[in-house]
Amino acid sequence: MAKNESGPADIVPASGHERSTDVVLGTAVVSPDAFPDPGLPPHRLRVVDTDPKAAKKAERVVYALFYLSIVGSVFAVFAYMFFALDPNDLNSVRLNNLYIGLGITLSLLAIGIAAVHWGKAVMADHESVDERHPTRGSEETRARAIEIFKEADAESGFSRRSLIRNGLIASLVAFPLPAIALFRGLAPMDVDPNNELKHTMWEKGLRLTRDPSGLPIKASDLTIGSAFQVIPEGLADLPPHERLDAKAKAAVILVRMKPEELNWTSAERESWSYQGIVAYSKICTHVGCPVALYEQQTHHLLCPCHQSQFDLENECKVIFGPAARPLPQLPITVDSEGYLVAARGFDQPVGPSFWERLN
Amino acid sequence: MSTVATNQQTGFVGKASNYLDERTSISGAVKEFGRKIFPDHWSFLLGEVALYSFVIILLSGSFLTFFFQASMDVVTYTGSYVPLKGIEMSAAMSSTLDISFDLRGGLLMRQIHHWAALLFVAAIGLHMLRVFFTGAFRKPRELNWSIGFVLFVLAMAEGFTGYSLPDDLLSGNGLRIIDGMVNAVPVVGTWITFLLFGGEFPGSDIVGRLYTLHILLLPAILLIFIVLHLMFVIIHKHTQYPGPGKTENNVVGFPILPVYAAKAGGFFFIVFGVVALMASLVTINPIWVYGPYDPSPVSAGTQPDWYIGFADGALRLIPPHLETVWLGYVWSWNILIPILILLVFLAAVFAYPFIEAWVTGDKREHHLLDRPRNAPARTAIGAAGVTFYAVLWAAASSDIIATHFKVTMEGVINTLQILLILGPIIAFAVTKRVCLALQKKDRTMALHGFETGRIVRMPGGEYIEVHQQLDEYDRWKLVSFNDNAPLMLRPNPKGKITGGMRARARLSRWFFEDRIAPVTPTEHALELEQSHH
Repeated sequence: MAKNESGPADIVPASGHERSTDVVLGTAVVSPDAFPDPGLPPHRLRVVDTDPKAAKKAERVVYALFYLSIVGSVFAVFAYMFFALDPNDLNSVRLNNLYIGLGITLSLLAIGIAAVHWGKAVMADHESVDERHPTRGSEETRARAIEIFKEADAESGFSRRSLIRNGLIASLVAFPLPAIALFRGLAPMDVDPNNELKHTMWEKGLRLTRDPSGLPIKASDLTIGSAFQVIPEGLADLPPHERLDAKAKAAVILVRMKPEELNWTSAERESWSYQGIVAYSKICTHVGCPVALYEQQTHHLLCPCHQSQFDLENECKVIFGPAARPLPQLPITVDSEGYLVAARGFDQPVGPSFWERLN
Repeated sequence: MSTVATNQQTGFVGKASNYLDERTSISGAVKEFGRKIFPDHWSFLLGEVALYSFVIILLSGSFLTFFFQASMDVVTYTGSYVPLKGIEMSAAMSSTLDISFDLRGGLLMRQIHHWAALLFVAAIGLHMLRVFFTGAFRKPRELNWSIGFVLFVLAMAEGFTGYSLPDDLLSGNGLRIIDGMVNAVPVVGTWITFLLFGGEFPGSDIVGRLYTLHILLLPAILLIFIVLHLMFVIIHKHTQYPGPGKTENNVVGFPILPVYAAKAGGFFFIVFGVVALMASLVTINPIWVYGPYDPSPVSAGTQPDWYIGFADGALRLIPPHLETVWLGYVWSWNILIPILILLVFLAAVFAYPFIEAWVTGDKREHHLLDRPRNAPARTAIGAAGVTFYAVLWAAASSDIIATHFKVTMEGVINTLQILLILGPIIAFAVTKRVCLALQKKDRTMALHGFETGRIVRMPGGEYIEVHQQLDEYDRWKLVSFNDNAPLMLRPNPKGKITGGMRARARLSRWFFEDRIAPVTPTEHALELEQSHH
């Protein structure tokens, strides 16, 4: 490894005969028996170098393209003026987009192709060679750099005066702390996220209503095989922001099946349904997408985001996909007027898992 | 003032140059960089495409900021797009619709911005592959690889934050997924999402916050890293492909002024032109089809922008039921394992140059690129990595694959799960064999020359095909590389063999045990001699 200090000799030509002994090659095998580099191949003339007609033509193409570019720019401006947007005609958006775009495209491509063609066919075509030097500074420079640090250390006492130095480091560690504290203000101070995540709008007696109209649903409205997107009564009347926040937790999917198709693990779970009507949280237990696809034939609910599948016949257990837990069930019954209502809220937090979910 | 007097300052240009130089010393920069040589190769343009897309993104993005309102205040849409008239939505969504439908050229700028962003990440990815497969990351460029890696991650972050700004149904679901993923992080997850969203999901803060990141913080950091990246290109000088006359000590190509300026400058306009053409002809992100964000609906076949696909795919491929409760807290392995896999993958990409440098122990500077076949193990590792990424990426479209090819969703997922593990192994083995086979072919060519198709009957009745030797320039291309041999395990000066040394020896054997040495002049002379008998 000591050979690494050997300065400029660190660079070795690929053929590497001359200096290969001075450097750390590692696993590389540099054979002294190697072909010599034949050097740059003879320069090949372009057509434009030998044929004055071709050279003249290349020149014409370049300036013609530059002037064509101006045509494109002007065309784009005219397109802006003449392909106006008509609020009653969606097609006008397409034409506006198309013709301004094509004008700009012509303007840009013509400049680009002209410049490249200029570089390739008109400008002098001599390959040149630059020397490379090692990336590291020269030994002299490096020695001087080390000396500077030593001088600075001696003059400041950075190493010697350890109390000052440690004080500096400690204060630099401490000074960003207030900034971190300030970021607590990103979310409301008086709210505990845990508490929020564990509660939805649903509570005993709250009617199941249609999304988005907010109209209540009678058990008799549901035919076997039908499915409704449901929100709790009153959600539609919330102020807009609270509405989305509430809906992100309270969205429910309501399905009616034949009662004999439903398998229950307990009589209590069975009582959460009403004549084959079941309500489940629509928020996927994986990462929270709405479980929006209902397969009527198989009675599976499918999340379009990551394809978790839940089996409605078996308490929405996960039968495929990345989700870990069944969709929480909303216990339902009917009120005196025959409308579907929640028998109580969810028995567990809905949606994706979180650290403190069970605390 | 005698020096000034000796300068010729005739005409406007001369006077202006003198004015500038006397105030900026710019003649030094011109002398230093004006005739700097850049090598030519199409694959060197990939990084340029990335740089130019970034400029296009800055230009089109600045235009969009004049019209976009990064606010989640609820408004009633009153613009020209009839199907959404009277619908409540955020000001962000509404202003994005206005840019699309009520601002001349607005849709064009949106589409240029989005297409350029997609191209930006794609070009960075391809540029990284070029750098990887040619070994351009070797000393002294390891740090520039790290800087480039940071740029790659920043580009994806820029993409995702921008994608989320219009607050449409698709981007809202994207944020919902981020919310669900961060929630799974042990101990702090719940609080991080709470702070990020300013309360519960979706809240009314996230668009404004992402906007600050998207147009201020991330672009500023990106710009700093781009400057650093380019500075190192200047300090190191560009790498070049091996060839006659090209050595580790020189760089062969064309000077910045005038050839490179014309070609690279022209290329900017070509890239911009192609993006503008795509934006004129092909719709991207039609948010009016998706509608405003609502937590309850989602359309089937949802897809993230392409560069987030591999992350989404990882989420899809994890098997069901992976969640445990330990010490009363929830450990969501179904999310933590995919996140971990992605982080390990990215960490491997970041660390590869340092790992290879450690395995080879090679301390030389490398400015000549490797032909991928001449580094079989590295090329095979790259192919394995690409396969791994590609399987994750395909998984993000599992549902689309299932519906388009009329196969079951479960079948697609299960196949991809198997491929995620087997695919990289197969890719590694096949690629390594192909590289070795190509090297053998190179050897044959260098030794025997190429087949001429001329059949000659020998006096003894034997038929042979006459081979024509390569000329020295073509041969040089095939023989001018160094191969590597595995490390010999030898005790260090203290007479010990440490665990680290063993690991290194084992890795170097894995890298280099199958090796094909370049043809030597001795071999070649011998071959020539034999063929004359």
